Parts: sequence; C-alpha cells; structure tokens
Amino acid sequence: MIGGLFIYNHKGEVLISRVYRDDIGRNAVDAFRVSVIHARHQVRSPVSNIARTSFFHVKRSNVWLAAATRQNVNACMVFEFLYKMCDVMTAYFGKISEENVKNNFVLIYELLDEILDFGYPQNSEPGALKTFITQQGVKSQSKEEQSQITSQVTGQIGWRREGIKYRRNELFLDVMESVNLLMSPQGQVLSAHVSGRVVMKSYLSGMPECKFGMNDKIVIDKQGKAGSNDDGAKSGKQSIAIDDCTFHQCVRLSKFDSERSISFIPPDGDYELMRYRTTKDIILPFRVIPLVREVGRTKLEVKVVIKSNFKASLLAQKIEVMIPTPLNTSGVQLICMKGKAKYKASENAIVWKVKRMAGMKESQISAEIELLPTNDKKKWARPPISMNFEVPFAPSGLKVRYLKVFEPKLNYSDHDVIKWVRYIGKSGIYETRC
Amino acid sequence: MQEWANQLCENRQFGSKMTDSKYFTTTKKGEIFELKAELNSDKKEKKKEAVKKVIASMTVGKDVSALFPDVVNCMQTDNLELKKLVYLYLMNYAKSQPDMAIMAVNTFVKDCEDLNPLIRALAVRTMGCIRVDKITEYLCEPLRKCLKDEDPYVRKTAAVCVAKLHDINAQLVEDQGFLDTLKDLISDSNPMVVANAVAALSEIAESHPNSNLLDLNPQTINKLLTALNECTEWGQIFILDCLANYSPRDDRESQSICERVTPRLSHANSAVVLSAVKVLMKFMEMLPKDLDYYGTLLKKLAPPLVTLLSAEPELQYVALRNINLIVQRRPEILKHEMKVFFVKYNDPIYVKLEKLDIMIRLASQANIAQVLAELKEYATEVDVDFVRKAVRAIGRCAIKVEQSAERCVSTLLDLIQTKVNYVVQEAIVVIKDIFRKYPNKYESVIATLCEHLESLDEPEARAAMIWIVGEYAERIDNADELLESFLEGFHDESTQVQLQLLTAIVKLFLKKPTETQELVQQVLSLATQDSDNPDLRDRGYIYWRLLSTDPVAAKEVVLAEKPLISEETDLIEPTLLEELICHIGTLASVYHKPPSAFVEGSRGVQHKRLTSSAGSGESVESPDTGSAAVSEAPPTVIPSQGDLLGDLLNLDLTPPTSTGPPPTTAPGMQLGAMDLLGGGLDSLIGDESEPPPIPLRTDTPQSPQPPHQSPSPPHYSPTELGGDIGGSPAMGTGFGAPPAAMPASFNAPISGGLDDLFDLGGGGGLTMGTYIPPKSVWLPAMKAKGLEISGTFVRRSGVIQMEMTLNNKAMSVMSDFAIQFNRNSFGLAPAGPLQILTPISPNQSIEAALPLSTVGPVMKMEPLNNLQVAVKNNIDVFYFSCQYPISMLFLEDGKMERQVFLATWKDIPNENESQFQIKDCHLNSDAASNKLQGSNIFTIAKRTVEGQDMLYQSMKLTNGIWVLAELRVQAGNPNYTISLKCRAPEVSQCVFQNYETVLKN
Repeated sequence: MIGGLFIYNHKGEVLISRVYRDDIGRNAVDAFRVSVIHARHQVRSPVSNIARTSFFHVKRSNVWLAAATRQNVNACMVFEFLYKMCDVMTAYFGKISEENVKNNFVLIYELLDEILDFGYPQNSEPGALKTFITQQGVKSQSKEEQSQITSQVTGQIGWRREGIKYRRNELFLDVMESVNLLMSPQGQVLSAHVSGRVVMKSYLSGMPECKFGMNDKIVIDKQGKAGSNDDGAKSGKQSIAIDDCTFHQCVRLSKFDSERSISFIPPDGDYELMRYRTTKDIILPFRVIPLVREVGRTKLEVKVVIKSNFKASLLAQKIEVMIPTPLNTSGVQLICMKGKAKYKASENAIVWKVKRMAGMKESQISAEIELLPTNDKKKWARPPISMNFEVPFAPSGLKVRYLKVFEPKLNYSDHDVIKWVRYIGKSGIYETRC
Repeated sequence: MQEWANQLCENRQFGSKMTDSKYFTTTKKGEIFELKAELNSDKKEKKKEAVKKVIASMTVGKDVSALFPDVVNCMQTDNLELKKLVYLYLMNYAKSQPDMAIMAVNTFVKDCEDLNPLIRALAVRTMGCIRVDKITEYLCEPLRKCLKDEDPYVRKTAAVCVAKLHDINAQLVEDQGFLDTLKDLISDSNPMVVANAVAALSEIAESHPNSNLLDLNPQTINKLLTALNECTEWGQIFILDCLANYSPRDDRESQSICERVTPRLSHANSAVVLSAVKVLMKFMEMLPKDLDYYGTLLKKLAPPLVTLLSAEPELQYVALRNINLIVQRRPEILKHEMKVFFVKYNDPIYVKLEKLDIMIRLASQANIAQVLAELKEYATEVDVDFVRKAVRAIGRCAIKVEQSAERCVSTLLDLIQTKVNYVVQEAIVVIKDIFRKYPNKYESVIATLCEHLESLDEPEARAAMIWIVGEYAERIDNADELLESFLEGFHDESTQVQLQLLTAIVKLFLKKPTETQELVQQVLSLATQDSDNPDLRDRGYIYWRLLSTDPVAAKEVVLAEKPLISEETDLIEPTLLEELICHIGTLASVYHKPPSAFVEGSRGVQHKRLTSSAGSGESVESPDTGSAAVSEAPPTVIPSQGDLLGDLLNLDLTPPTSTGPPPTTAPGMQLGAMDLLGGGLDSLIGDESEPPPIPLRTDTPQSPQPPHQSPSPPHYSPTELGGDIGGSPAMGTGFGAPPAAMPASFNAPISGGLDDLFDLGGGGGLTMGTYIPPKSVWLPAMKAKGLEISGTFVRRSGVIQMEMTLNNKAMSVMSDFAIQFNRNSFGLAPAGPLQILTPISPNQSIEAALPLSTVGPVMKMEPLNNLQVAVKNNIDVFYFSCQYPISMLFLEDGKMERQVFLATWKDIPNENESQFQIKDCHLNSDAASNKLQGSNIFTIAKRTVEGQDMLYQSMKLTNGIWVLAELRVQAGNPNYTISLKCRAPEVSQCVFQNYETVLKN
C-alpha cells in the first residue's frame, strides 16, 4: 500500500509530507526530488523506482504530488487516488497551487489522515468529507449529527447525506462531448472517436431515486422488439451505438449490466454521472483540407480550407486552427477570408481564429512562409494541423430521452422538478496531417 | 444548505489566506525557544498557532523533536483541530522519544471511550500509527473494544488498525485473537467494514504465505461479492484484489463469479476496472473454451480496456503496460482494436513508446498496411528514442508478417534516404535481421546501404553493416575495400565490431581467396597479436588454425547455412507471464517483473500462477488461442539478460578431466594441428566443433554459436549482441558430445516391472533387479526459466547412472546442456559429459543418462546422500540438489565371508551399532533377502530362533566401508527390527532408509 505521500513545489521543496509506513523514510522525500524533480532530462515514466522505492507522481500546475511505496501496490489505484486527492483539494480550496497548498496545509494533513489510513484509501467523496472536515476546524456536532456523519461516510450511499431540502427542485444536465479525429492529408479518417460525459448539477430534496434514459441502440432495439415493428425501425435510426461507458459510483452497475437501465441516487450539487465512448456514425463537424507546397528551400506555401459539416441553422463557436510552421521560419504573409490570423513565433504556428461559423459553409486561409536557409539535415517533422471549436450539438448523436425523479417520502413528483438539458460538442484532439 | 456550505468554505478560505503559509517562512535562530514559550502559553489560539508552526517546520524537514513534551502537553484539549495536529506530531516523533510517548497513552485510552465516534476512531487510528512497542500493549484493550464498536466508522478504522499492529508485533496480534475478530468482520453488515477487513487480512496473509488466514470458501466469496456491490470504489478494489487470489472449485463456480464481477467493468474508477479484468482473466482459465459464455466474456473485455486509454496519461501508461501482458496471453481480445493504439502527437513519450509496443504485437496481415503507414509517420517525429523504436518496429513487422516484408524494406530505404543519422543506423540494424529472415531476397538494397557506410558511428550499426558486407561479399565488388577501410582503426572499435570484422574478413577470404590473402593475414595478426581481448584472440586463433589446416573444412564451418530467426521477440517467458497476469494492475505489471524482484522481505515472494480447468491442460499450452499473431513455430523467448555472460564465463562447467580426453568427433572436421595449442585449447576446439546446425535448432540469442557464424538475433540491445558473440568460444567449452556411445540405459521401467513380477511370485533364490526409485522432480520449471528436470539414480552392472528427463516448458529451444556436481560425500562425479545431442524444442522432453564415477572430490554433505548439481543450458545456469539412494554405492562384491563377518561384527565396538524399526513390511524373510540382494545387500546367513528369522547381511560401499546388518523378521509381525554395525556409523541412517525404501517397493 501507499507508504508515504508528498507534495512539492516546482523547486522540489516539500510542502506536505505524510508517511504511513515504516519502510518509507525521510530520505525518500529527497530521493524523489533529486532523481525526478531536479533531473535534467524529461520525465520518461510516471512511475520511477529509486533505490527500491517506487514513486508515482502527477503534476498539477506547478505542484508535484508523489506517492511512495516499497510494496507491490495496485498501481492503478495509486494514480486514481492521486487524482481523487486533487479533486478533494480543489473542492476545498480551488486551484492547486503552491500558495493554496501552503495556506491550507493543516487542512491537507487533516484530509490525508482521513482519506488514507495506513496507505489504504478511504471514503474520499468531497461531499461527505465536508460534513466533518472544514477549514475552520471541527464544528461541534450533536449526537445525531455525529452518527449521521459516520453512517454516511461508511454507508452504502456515501456520496449523499440525508435531510437535504430545496425550495425549488431543479436539475441541470449537460451532455459534453469531445470529438477526436486523426485524418490523413488525403482526407481519410485514420481514427475518430467521441468521448462524452454526462455532467449533472442536481438540487433535489430528500433521497431522490433517478432514472436516466438516452437513445442507446441496445435499449431502443430491445424496446423496438417489444413494441410495434414500425416504431422499432423509426427509433432505430436515431439510436446510437455506445462502445463503452463508465459510471459514477452512485449508479447501480449490476442493474445496468442486467437491464441496461441507469438508475441512481444522485450526489448533491455537481458530479459526473457517466462517461462514454462512441466510434460509429460520428458527425465530424469540420473537415480540414491542407495543401502544403515547398517552393525551393526557403519558401513554403500553405493553403488550408475548412468546411463546416452540420445543419445550416446551427452556429459553431470559438473556431481556432493551428497550422504549424518550421522552426526556421523568418516571416509569414497571411490572407484569410474570415476571422483573424496571426503567426505566433513562440508556438511555431499560425493561429487562425474565427468567432462564429454556420453549418454547411467553408472558409480558407493561405499563407506564404519564408524560411531561413539552414544546414540542418533533419527534415521538418510536419506536425499535424489541429483545430478547436465548440458546437451546440452532440457529435455522437446522443439524445437524452428522459430523466425521471422519484422521491416517495417527500411530496414532490417528477413533474415538479425543473430540468435543463444542454448539448455541447467540443474538439478533443482534432488533427489533420499535412 | 448547499449555498451555505459554499459560503462557509469561501469564508474559510478568505480567513485563512495570508495566515497559514507564513509558517513556512520562519527560519530565524532561536526559533525553538520561541516555539517552546508559545506552546506553553495560556492562550488557546497562541498554542494552536505554535503547533501549526511546529508541523510546518516538521514538514520542511527541520528537527523539532526537542519540543516533544511541550507539544504532547497540548494534547489534552477539546479542540479537535489542535488534537489532530498534536497527533500528527506524535506519529512523526514518537519513535525517537518512546519514553515520552507513553505520556500520551492515557489520553488515547480516554479518547477511545469518547461519546463521539469520530474521536474514538481518531484515537484508535492514531494509536496504531505510533509505532512504539511499549504503546502497543496499551493499544490492545481499546482496539478490542473498537473492533466491536456499535459505530461502523469506528469498526472500519479498527480493522485497519489490526494490520498496523500486526506490522509492529505480529505475535501480539495472534495471541490476542485479533485475527479471528478480523475474520468475523468479513460478515459485517457494513460494506466498508468488510472492505477494510479484507484489505487488512490480505496484507497480513501476505506475510504468512502458508497460513489459511484468508480462508476463502464459497460462503465468504458470496459475502465479498455482495459487499462488492455496495462499498466505495476503494473498497471494491480491495475486494476484487482479494477475489483474484481465490481458486474456484469448478468451471461453474468460476462462471458465476465472473458474471457477478463483469458489471464492475463499467466503473468510472480505472483501478476497479483493471482489478475486475484481473479476476476475469484469471478465472477465464477455468472455463472451457467451447462454452458460449467464454466467448461473451472475451467480447466484454475489449471495450473497457479501450476506454482506459481515454483516462489521464499516467493511468493510460499503467493500462498500456497491462494491455501488453493481456495481448500476449490472449491476443484475440484486442485483435480488432489496432486503431486505438495509434500514437497521438501530444501523447507523453511514455505513452507513445508503450503504444508502439502493442501495435507491433497486434500487427497481422489484416492490418499491416495501416500499421506501416503509421510507423512511417512516427519515424519522422522528434523524440529520438521514439523514432528509433518506430524504425525497429518496421523491421519487426517485416519479420512477423511475411507479406509485408517487401513494403517494409522499401519503407526502410525511404527512411535511409532522409539521411537522419540515427534513423539510418537503426534501419541498417533491422535490415540485417530481415536478411537473416529472408535470405537471398532483398540483396538488391545492399548498394544503397553501402553508400551510408561512413555515417555509421554506433557500434551496433557498424557491426550490422560489416556483417552484411561479409555475408554478401561475393556480390559486392569492392567488399575488400570496404572492409579494409574499417580495419584501419581496428583497435579503436568496440569488441562487437572487432569480432564482426574478423569474421567478415574470413568470410570474404573464403569467398574470394585470391585477392584477399593479405587482408586476412592482417586481420588475423591484429586480432591475435595486438589485442588484449581474450575472446577476440581466441576467435582469431581458431580461424587461423582452421584456415591453415583445412580450408575446405573452414569453408564448411564458416559459411555454413544459418538457422532462421524467429518472428516474435521480446515475449515474456510464459511462466512469468502467468504470474504477471495474476498481478494485473499492480506495480509488478508495470515493471513486468515478479514482485520478488523489487519487494524486500517476505512480502510478494509467493509466486502466483494461473490455475486452469482440470483436464484441459491449458496452462501448458502456449498462448496460441487461435490467433494469427502466434504461429505454430514456437517464438523465441529472450530471457532477462542480467549478467548471464558473467555467470557463464566464471562458472567452469567442463567435465572433470578424470574421465579421459574429451571426445572430438565432429563430422567433416580434421583437427590435426591442435597440438600447437596444448591440451586446454585442444579440448576447447574439439568441443566447439559441434555438428553442423541440426534442423530442429532455431536461433536463440544465447546459444553459443560456433565462432564462425555471425549471429544476429532479432533483438537489439548492444549488450545482448555483445554477449552473444563475445561469449561464444568460452561458452562452448565442454558441451560438444560424441554422437556415438549412447549408452543403452533406458530399460529401467522394464526391469522395474520384472521386479514386481518376481515379487508376486515370492520366489527364492532368484536375483532380482535393483530397486529404482521413481523419477521425482528435481528442478521445477518455475525455478529454471522453463527447464524441468526430473530424475532418478540407477546402478546397473556396476555402473551408477543418473537418469534424467529434461522437459522444456519454455517457449524457446534449449540447447548446449552441461552438468557439474558439487563435491559430495562419496565423490560422485559425472563420468562423461551430459549427452544431449539435439536441442530440446518447447514442450519436448528428452531422456538422458549420465554415467557417474566415484572418484571425484569428497566433502561431507548433510544429509550424507545429498548431491548438489549445476546444470547449464543456453539460457542460464541452474542449481538444484537431490538425494541418491545409498544402495547406488553398494558394490557387487559386497558379500562377506561368514567368518570374516563374525569377526568383524565382534570387532566393531557396540557404540557403533544402531537399531531401527521398519514398519508395515509384509514380506517373508526370503522375499526380503532376495529383494535386498538386488540392491547388493547380501545375506550371509540366516538363523531361526523361536519363529523369528535373523538375517545377517553385509554390503560394501564404493569407498571401501563395510556395513554389517542383522535383520529380524517375525512371522505375522509386519515390523522388522534392524541392527546396523559399521566403522563409520554416520552411514547407518542412510543405509536404514535404503532398507526401508527397498523393502517397501
């Protein structure tokens, strides 16, 4: 299990050091600093073995988090724990920075004592933790409160406490997708997938039981079989094939496995209900057509066309195209039809920004790049052209069919809950080779 | 409520801003004194501030242990925050101030009785972390109460505390009965208590490998599976990791567990997913492959594994290392998922390298075009390591998928045209391998390669290029010029290049003798006269002599056809792979090493193995489950290198000289001129000249190639190639075997059968065969990289033989066996070399009989008949010990004259007599006598007194020691009494044991 946990600033100074096991000594703290943080070369692995001690590290802005062990621990769990710890800290004091860590070091020690016992991760849901660990020390609790806290921390529904009340029952559901693409210069899709998240904000009273439905092909097909054939064929068209999905721990997995229904008692406030991945029938919102021509040894002509490929009534936003340029670029002349374009020497790229673009349109940029003659034999690697954008639909085609809320003990029904649904499609790694 | 909470947090943040961070900046002198004063202040706030400062100093590594009493004094407080801070301090410094730590005990004990469960838990949690022996005694009572606390929060904390206590004082935990209480907690109503109890028990069980602590039976498993659905993500991991250690009774049970574990594959926590994958991968072994469910399960595994690749990069890395194992074990799971392993431009380098590895493993005819296109892209990237690996990958594709070879070669040529130095060098190294795999097919590219000769500066690339020039000297017009150009700086080259150059020039000479006489003279004198390197010198001398004695033979040797190289490389050895599969998700799976390789102490030393369904014999099978990736030709496994070469060179395994001159019978070889070199090298050459490559043999990197060949196995690190070439002359020592003189010694089972027959007849007067113990496993495959040796000892017509079955359970061919004994009690030593003429293919076993002499060096062993053996093959040297029955040493002329017997019996003092009982033996005295005679135990006289038969027997050991025996057999009594008299009473015990085994078999 985890033997020790350390937080360092970018200089390698220790901000937090908590040792759980005897086999990790103070010298381990220094070993990691010397061998990893101060190492000249680039970090080649997130797991390093230094003098028979294994270190797992992640970096958040300028802060290093490292877990040390001398046993054969579950490596995946250690990383998951480090991320979780970041989440918990963010939930308490916002961005993880040297300043914030120093300002909250007492709190962090308190948290570490609670969420990691003898190196075994314990309940680490911020919602539950906040009921008894606060930044102002522990508030005095009545006996009922105390037992409520302990039963919640250890309970089956560790992510929600009893007795939540809202005057207005409301929930927000965001389908957030990032569409990833790797395209060959000839326009062939080398790989494409959508990784999506269903993010919820729920402000519901009591212990509501929720059921979430979407146009999952397997569910629709099953219902289609049960209902009339017509319906099946009709709805089958709009359904999507989900390659795989994972759920927040509130979702009853065995029920999903047997009936493919998503039912849960939601945490209060913000949380991520599910993640999913699709690869079939993805709507690629943009197509990038690059044309690069080397004119002699000192000049490069680049033309890039982007085409929007969705309903004309919809608007894409925050469009950004990054066209990499060689290291020996001396000057760039740009002409673009829409938006603004700029050569950024620091990034070795031309950045072309377009605020809005409707569907079924196209736009183009042409650039003349002048190069300094070099003796460097190494050829320019021609990194891919990448793109950022935001569109108001789900490129996977996912649709929310329903989200039902039942709270048998309190007198509000599904109809009384105000529900908001939003679809946001974003670019993930959206690259076209040139 | 929510808003209130947020507001509260914000206020806190505001309040604490510019407060706590200041503690990190105080560094002035006299600080300790100031702190001391503040700690003893009356004001609560000031106290708290002071403790905070102390903790901050502690964090940055300052020694604040001097403040111990002052800090502990602050412990008595209602302020929980302050209390926690003091506890934190205590945990850090209690060990250095054990006596003072006792001061805190009272508070702990009091806190364990507190009304607030949070405080009770805090106290028991902290107490467990104070690792001072004296405190642990006080911990027992509170812990016992807490384990039975009404509040689950306290119980779950107490469960972990048992593991803490066990770590400090294991005996105490056992004595206090905490283990049983902990076991009871597995049935607790609260899932988190169950999970923590499981975690604690698993950890404790690891340090007691043989205890039945985690008594996993269907009932407990059922409880665990129920808790699995209800507990936190972390608890699910503990439970799944524990489940993976269970062995289901039958395929039905394993299917039902699998069914209940599969829903976990949709968990958002990757560790839950991977641990579930581990359970499934393990239990799948139990399922019959024709079962529908088996196929369903395979399909279910792919999507979650792919999803892991969209996690954070660190998790991706862990996932990829594991997928690498899974793909080797069950290639069918991900065979259609090649695309997800394509490298993204922004992937961290460690993700890129791992993806590349998996791409090559998944490459097949179906997807090779895509893969090649990708690899070509990668070869133009920036990171040097990555580019090199991509170029190598192209070469590996060519070797793996024959249809793609041509395209791979042209891709490599394109890359050579880029003239990027390291790309060119890497490409040349892999092209050499392609030449080995497809001889006489792509030689047209040699001209292009030769153009880049000057730009090669890495030894591996230079050696590869030289090999190519030497190998194809007849097609390269200016081969002599090219090689000559290398010769100029001969002494500045690395050994690898020197050896290669020597061989290449000899090849050239044999192909074009007329023009290159001078060149070959030059290189031979450079190698033999001006070099300090013994390997180089030896190789030079061998060539020299070969060439001067018999050029025809030289040609046959040096230009012999080379064995083909195999297509899969870098495969993990199957037993290790099985072990690693049992460790999916853990560090072992990240390092691809068994836990024992990086964990100290008792933990992790246990080797886990997959258990397969009874009768299906699947674990023996190579992982060829219907995939194209692993073809029927057994892939070569490259074992971990270590300092193999060092071992081989240091350990002299030459058979003892007492057995006469080493055989020198290789076809087509006349080695007349050997006397020039004297006896030592003489035998070396003789042995070296093993018969030309036997068809069975594939090229394994460690196989000691005859020095004439330039081995170029399809793997890449320079140390390996170095070891390969450099080691060859020395490694060959003593392993050649005379093809004749295979002793006819395989009649053991027959004679054993006869034995039985006679036994039934109970006939008298007939001499029976020697008792031969059944073969037992001396060296398990686990310990010897796949080599299993079982054997027995036989004495037949005065010759002692060690009969062995060598079973190759690894995936690579084994060859070049040799054996040596440690000094032993009776001077047993091999009377000749171990005769294994052909390499042993995977899953093949070979019988071998080794005649033994008794003139070797003597050293008393414990037990007396213990024999320590070292066996070497092309992979490594392995050690084992076995015990031989002492009757092997009984001479045929061990029958004493009656008178002599009597006199001797009287002569040997009585204290040398020892008496034993042989129980449950149902032979009559005649049958016993006959049976014993088969083992050279001779009955000299028989006397019957009051229905009791007394047999007087004698035997003589090879070293001349006589043993006299009196065996008393009473009719109807199955228990015999035996008295042994001997001048060397140490042997009595052994002789008695021998009596027992002979009589009972």
